[in-house]
Amino acid sequence: MAVSAIKEYKGENKDRVENFHGAQLLYIGWEDHLMFCAPFAFPFPPQMRFGDVIEKVLPGTYGYHPDWARVDWSKVEWFKSGQPWTPNFNRSLAENGLGHKDVIRFRTPGLAGIGGSCS
Amino acid sequence: MDMKAAPKHKMGLKERYAAMTRGLDWETSYQPMDKVYPFDKYEGIVIHDWDKWQDPFRLTMDAYWKYQAEKERKLYAIIDAYAQNNGHLNVTDARYINTVKLFLQGVTPLEYMAHRGFAHVGRALRGPGPRIACQMQALDELRHAQTQVHAMSNYNRYYNGLHDWRHMYERVWYLSVPKSFFEDAVSAGPFEFLVAVGFSFEYVLTNLLFVPFVSGAAYNGDMNTMTFGFSAQSDEARHMTLGLECIKFLLEQDPANVPIVQRWLDKWCWRGVRLLSLVAMMMDYMLPKRVMSWKEAWEMYFEEAGGALFKDLARYGIREPKCMQQVRLEKDHLSHQVWTTFYNYGAAAAFHTWIPDADEMDWLSQKYPESFDKYYRPRMEYWREQAALGNRYYNKTLPMLCQTCQIPMLFTEPGDPTKICYRETSYLGDKFHFCSDHCKEIFEYEPEKYIQAWLPVHQIYQGNCFEPGTDPTAPGFDPLAAVLQHYHLNFGRDNLDFEGSEDQRNFAAWKGAVTRNQVG
Amino acid sequence: MSNVFLILQANEDARPIVEAVMADNPHARVSESPAMVKIDAEGHLTVRRDSISERIGHAFDLQELHLNLISLSGHIDETDDEFTLSWNS
Repeated sequence: MAVSAIKEYKGENKDRVENFHGAQLLYIGWEDHLMFCAPFAFPFPPQMRFGDVIEKVLPGTYGYHPDWARVDWSKVEWFKSGQPWTPNFNRSLAENGLGHKDVIRFRTPGLAGIGGSCS
Repeated sequence: MDMKAAPKHKMGLKERYAAMTRGLDWETSYQPMDKVYPFDKYEGIVIHDWDKWQDPFRLTMDAYWKYQAEKERKLYAIIDAYAQNNGHLNVTDARYINTVKLFLQGVTPLEYMAHRGFAHVGRALRGPGPRIACQMQALDELRHAQTQVHAMSNYNRYYNGLHDWRHMYERVWYLSVPKSFFEDAVSAGPFEFLVAVGFSFEYVLTNLLFVPFVSGAAYNGDMNTMTFGFSAQSDEARHMTLGLECIKFLLEQDPANVPIVQRWLDKWCWRGVRLLSLVAMMMDYMLPKRVMSWKEAWEMYFEEAGGALFKDLARYGIREPKCMQQVRLEKDHLSHQVWTTFYNYGAAAAFHTWIPDADEMDWLSQKYPESFDKYYRPRMEYWREQAALGNRYYNKTLPMLCQTCQIPMLFTEPGDPTKICYRETSYLGDKFHFCSDHCKEIFEYEPEKYIQAWLPVHQIYQGNCFEPGTDPTAPGFDPLAAVLQHYHLNFGRDNLDFEGSEDQRNFAAWKGAVTRNQVG
Repeated sequence: MSNVFLILQANEDARPIVEAVMADNPHARVSESPAMVKIDAEGHLTVRRDSISERIGHAFDLQELHLNLISLSGHIDETDDEFTLSWNS
């Protein structure tokens, strides 16, 4: 619907990719680990290797959780916009089909947070 | 000239109201009325007879000044007494004062915005009845902002985090939630503003802040907040009445108004529910002595009182807001999810956070038997153990936000508290993300409005939240520290855990000084 | 029928008002919380000026209710003599 207004109404998208100085936004959530209160937002260059996100960035984000050290990356299930998805760790974000403001989630089978409470 | 007065006829309340609110204006002739009042038709609301607007209290301007002056005298007498008597040392616990900080940062600026909104809407409506009602409400809201600043300035002399609330309101991440709520309302048309603020917010929701929370402030010894809170709420009782009157007026004027009003009710009840999640955590976690749980307050003031209201409005073809089902499911979880979010980001908040002590956790278990022990106690106990080992958790990665309510995506799927609720849509080739179906639907109805959202996390990543002259490419640049400087948040004083804070130390020392004489 | 409510500050001004309301509305219930008094009543609740005047020993203007009022619910009908809250359903 158009915004009801007394004249033509146009908004400016504040979060166009051009505003991020060469980066694009990627949102990442870890299923069953709600001790991290919400998914995270990251600005990454599209050329960044996907594996570098997991190996170099996420430990600083998730490392506090006792489950983090036990994650078996060969068993992790991935989702993009809620649909099953398979990333290639050695390819870039762009080559993995990740665009600006995409949201991915990962599930770590067998790990369900503090005392199995999804915390 | 014969100056003898005519025999006095004392007018009754209804007559006096009619005399003081009707026939005060005129039909313009040099300019068409539609040019003088350009904003009161474009939303599609049809008004046939503006005189059908009635203020049920029939308050006229002369009576208004008289009673408001009396309220102010009482209020300032109490504030002065409280300050003279070092009342701040009588609160239950210095943790309590963090509710005052959040109030000043997040609520007081809204009072001022409400003042601006009603002043604008009063000018926009061509009927004199609603114009006078808006004028009084604009003055009330300004009074609330002023009295709150006066009352809370007393705390600013002793405690951290209250020094630059106005600056913070424009910048700090969690304050974008109340700020964007009100900016959404004031940038809408005048009738939407009235339904949003006058009805949905004032009638359905402000009771939850100003009644059980303020009663809780009294229970915790804060006479200051009790007096400004109840003084404001006595005006709110009038606003609620006008909000209800406004809805009835719109619904009775023309059947074409009904679907428009229904959509606004759906939108603004939901926007208000999301905004009130801050109050949920204030009641369940930040009041050291609790009057009632958030869930109990919710049932009393939203489900029962709101239910009665919507049942009454059914005769106009209005149904209860769409979000009712979801909010019923959220009431067991809301305060816990929001408080743990602030615990996560305790380094970036201008008030202190903490883990509830063992007694408080037991109280929470008792009040939330379905949810607390199963979902929330485990993470809190883990954090408590870690903090005792010197490893207090501070989340340093920025969260994903909802495009509409701007709250971090902390809410879980309705009916499944183990899964974050993700919703998304595309508009003109870009993706947008939401915490709920309701926030998504609000966006999709007016995307051109909400693509303009100033989302704090994205603004930080765009480099717009550093002080002028900051060089983010400099070696050793610490973005979090730079953002906090931009917020005027004093690291180590305003933020971090309550345990070990300057507020905690000072309060303990001053309390000690109250009962002992200093020697030497 | 739904409940209406009236909430007043718990102070000396409000005490005779609460007494008057309770005398005039036998179906109403009072509950006290810190610093406030809530009166719930099914369907309707009436505040009568004369009942309050009798208790305080001088004239009372019903608009003085605003001074100690915290909140209310229901439709309002106010005259010089009576102030009534009600729901239609």
